Amino acid sequence: MSADHHAEHPTGLSRWLFTTNHKDIGTLYLVFAFTMAVIGGLMSLVIRSELWQPGLQLVDPHFFNQMTTVHALVMIFGFAMPAFVGLANWMIPMMIGAPDMALPRMNNWSFWILPFAATLLILGLFMPGGGPAGGWTLYPPLSVQGGIGTDFTLLSIHLLGMSSILGSINIIATILNMRAPGMTLMKMPMFAWTWLITAFLLIAAMPVLAGAITMLITDRHFGTHFFNAAGGGDPVLFQHVFWFFGHPEVYILVLPAFGVFSQIIPTFARKPLFGYASMVYATASIALLSFIVWAHHMYTVGMPMAGELFFMYATMLIAVPTGVKIFNWVSTMWRGSMTFETPMLWSIGGVFTFAIGGFSGLMLAITPADFQYQDTYFVVAHFHYVIFGATIYGLFAAIYFWLPKWTGHMYNETLGKWHFWLTTIGFNLTFFPQHFLGLAGMPRRIPDYALQFTEFNQWSTIGAFFTITAQLIFFYIAIRAMKGGAKATDKVWEGADGLEWTLPSPPPYHSFAVAPKIK
Amino acid sequence: MTDAMHDGKQKPSLRTANRRLALKLGGVTLAMFAFGYALSPMYDVMCRALGINGKTGRTDVQTVAAEPVDLTRTVTVEFTGLATSGLPWEFKPLTKKLELHPGETREVKYLVRNLAKEEITGQAIPSVTPGESAPHFKKIECFCFTRQTMKPGETREMPVRFVVDAGLDRDVQTITLSYSFFNIDKASAEKYGGTSLAQAGESAEHHDHVHSAPGG
Repeated sequence: MSADHHAEHPTGLSRWLFTTNHKDIGTLYLVFAFTMAVIGGLMSLVIRSELWQPGLQLVDPHFFNQMTTVHALVMIFGFAMPAFVGLANWMIPMMIGAPDMALPRMNNWSFWILPFAATLLILGLFMPGGGPAGGWTLYPPLSVQGGIGTDFTLLSIHLLGMSSILGSINIIATILNMRAPGMTLMKMPMFAWTWLITAFLLIAAMPVLAGAITMLITDRHFGTHFFNAAGGGDPVLFQHVFWFFGHPEVYILVLPAFGVFSQIIPTFARKPLFGYASMVYATASIALLSFIVWAHHMYTVGMPMAGELFFMYATMLIAVPTGVKIFNWVSTMWRGSMTFETPMLWSIGGVFTFAIGGFSGLMLAITPADFQYQDTYFVVAHFHYVIFGATIYGLFAAIYFWLPKWTGHMYNETLGKWHFWLTTIGFNLTFFPQHFLGLAGMPRRIPDYALQFTEFNQWSTIGAFFTITAQLIFFYIAIRAMKGGAKATDKVWEGADGLEWTLPSPPPYHSFAVAPKIK
Repeated sequence: MTDAMHDGKQKPSLRTANRRLALKLGGVTLAMFAFGYALSPMYDVMCRALGINGKTGRTDVQTVAAEPVDLTRTVTVEFTGLATSGLPWEFKPLTKKLELHPGETREVKYLVRNLAKEEITGQAIPSVTPGESAPHFKKIECFCFTRQTMKPGETREMPVRFVVDAGLDRDVQTITLSYSFFNIDKASAEKYGGTSLAQAGESAEHHDHVHSAPGG
C-alpha cells in the first residue's frame, strides 16, 4: 500500500485547481452539485410560493416561467448529473482496483468546465429580457425568439454537455482498461456496470443535444431555418431531435442510482445480489430501448397512428427489463437478514418511489390517455417521482453508504434516519397531490390556476418547504462527518462486500497503486 | 508498482491504450453529433415520402368534380390563423369549424385587417394537422397561393376553397387548418418587432412546394 504517499500533494487552492486525483475531483463534483442543488431548490420554492393560491401574487408570469425553466436545467445538468459523475470518480477506481481514472488530466478539465457553465446559466437570468422562459426542453419558436439570456443558456448547455461527454469517455476508459487483474466484466460491481452503460448512453445522446442546440443557435443568429416554419423549417423537427437525446437522458439520470441500489440492498440484506447477470442484461436492454421511444414525449404533435402505436408499445416494453430489476431487488431482500441503516432506508424508499414513478410512466405511455395527461401536473408528478424518487434517493443512499469510507468517520445515524423520513414525508406531500391536480386538468408551467385546485396546491407548497428545510439536516450531517466523529472501520458495514471496503477509512490519497488480486 | 500507476504516472502501454480508447470514443461523439444534424434531412425525406408534415396539396375544379363524395361519414374541419409578430394585421377565420363529407367542396373566409398606417405585403403559410391528413386536404383556391398587399387600414375577407378527398383515413375525424401570416419585407417586419419570411428563410423559392405546386 502506498499510505506513505498520503500527503504528497499541493495544498490550498492549487490542490483543487490542478488536481488530477480521482478522490479530489469526486469531492469537487459533489460540492459543485450540492451548491447547484441549493440554487435549484430555492427556485422551486419561488415556484411553489407563487402557486400557494390562485391569482398572481409574488412574481410576474414571465419570471415564473424562467424559474420553471432554469430550475429544471439546474437540477438536471447542474445537480443530478454532476453528483453521479462525482460518485463515479470517487468509487469506480476503488471498486475495480484501479489507482485512478484512466485520463486524470482530462478529468480535471471535465470538472472545471462546470463552474463556468453554471455561471453562464445563472447569469442568463440577469440579462435584459431575462433568462429562457419556454421550458427546459427549449422548444422553438420560443427558444428562437428569446433574448440574449437564451444565448447564455444555450452556450451553458453546450459546456455542460461537453463536460459530461469528457467525464463519460474517462469512465469508459477507466472501466475497460484499468480493472485489476482477474476482475472480469461479469465480476464487476453493479455500480460500475450501470455507470459503464450510462457513459455509453451519454456519448451517444449528448452530442445529439449539442446538434440541436447548435441548430437553435444558428437559427437565432446565422440565418438558418431548421426550426422556423416561415423559412421552410419545422419546429416539430426540434422536438424529435431533442427527445432523441431527452429520453436516453432520463436513463442517464436513473441508471447510476439503480447501480447504487444494487450495491446497498445486498449489503444490508446480507445476501448477494439476486440475478446479477439478469441485472446487467436488464440495464443494457433499458439503455438500448431508450433510443427508440423518444416520440412518446410528443404524442400530441399529430403523428400518424402507426407511429403512435409503435412508440406506445416500445415504451411499454421498457417496463419488462425495469420489472426484472425491481424483482431482483425484492428477491435480494427476500429472507435476508435485513437491517435498516440510513443507506438501506434510502434504497428501499427509492425502489418504492421509483415504482410509483414507473407506473405513472406506464399510464403516460398509453397514447390515448396521454392526450389527456400531456402538459399537466400529472407529468410533473411522474418525473419528480422518477428523478427525485429514484435518482436523488439513490444519491443520498450512496452518500450515506460511502461517507464513512470517504471521511473515516461514522455519520450520525439517528439524524440520518430523521433526514430520510422527513424527506420522504415532504417529498410525497409535495408530489403526490400533483397526480390528482394533473388528472383534474391543471396545466404545468402556469403561475395561476383555477380555484378548485387550491387545496392540493397548498399541500404541495407546504410539502416543498418541508422537504427543502429537511435537507438542512443532511448538510449538517455531512459537514459533521467531515470534521470528526466516531472512527469508521475499514469495512464500515457488516455485510459490505467489494474492493473499496478493503481500503482503510479514509482511503489513502493514492489507493491501489499495486493492483489487488481478485479471486 | 507492478501494474498500473505510481505517483500519477501510468505505464506507457496503458497510457497508449487509454489515449487510443479516448480517441475512439471521441470519434463516436463526433459521429453522433453529425447524426443529430443528419436527423434534419432524414426528417424531411420521411415527411415528404409519407406526406405527414402538414403541407397541404392543391387541386382544381375539374379534378374535384370527377371524384366521388363519401356520404357515409363526416369530418370536422377546424380553422385557425395567426399574424406573426412582424405583421401588424388582425387575422382570423370567420368560420371556426364546419362538418363536411369527404369529396365535398367547401368554402370558408378569413378576415384580414391592416392595423398599420402604411401599405404592407404578407404571405400566409398553411399547415394541417394531423399530419397524415395533409395530403388529402386539397385547396382549389386560397389567399395563400399569392402574396397579399393591404392598404393602410384596409379590411378584406379572403376565401379558401378546399376539398378533403375520400382517401382520408377513417381514423381521422377532425382536421385543423392553420395559417401563419408573415410580413415579406425584412425592414418592415423588424419595425414591428418580428421576423419576416425572407429573413427567416433563405428565399421565397423555398416555399414553392408548399403553396404553388400544381396538383399538390
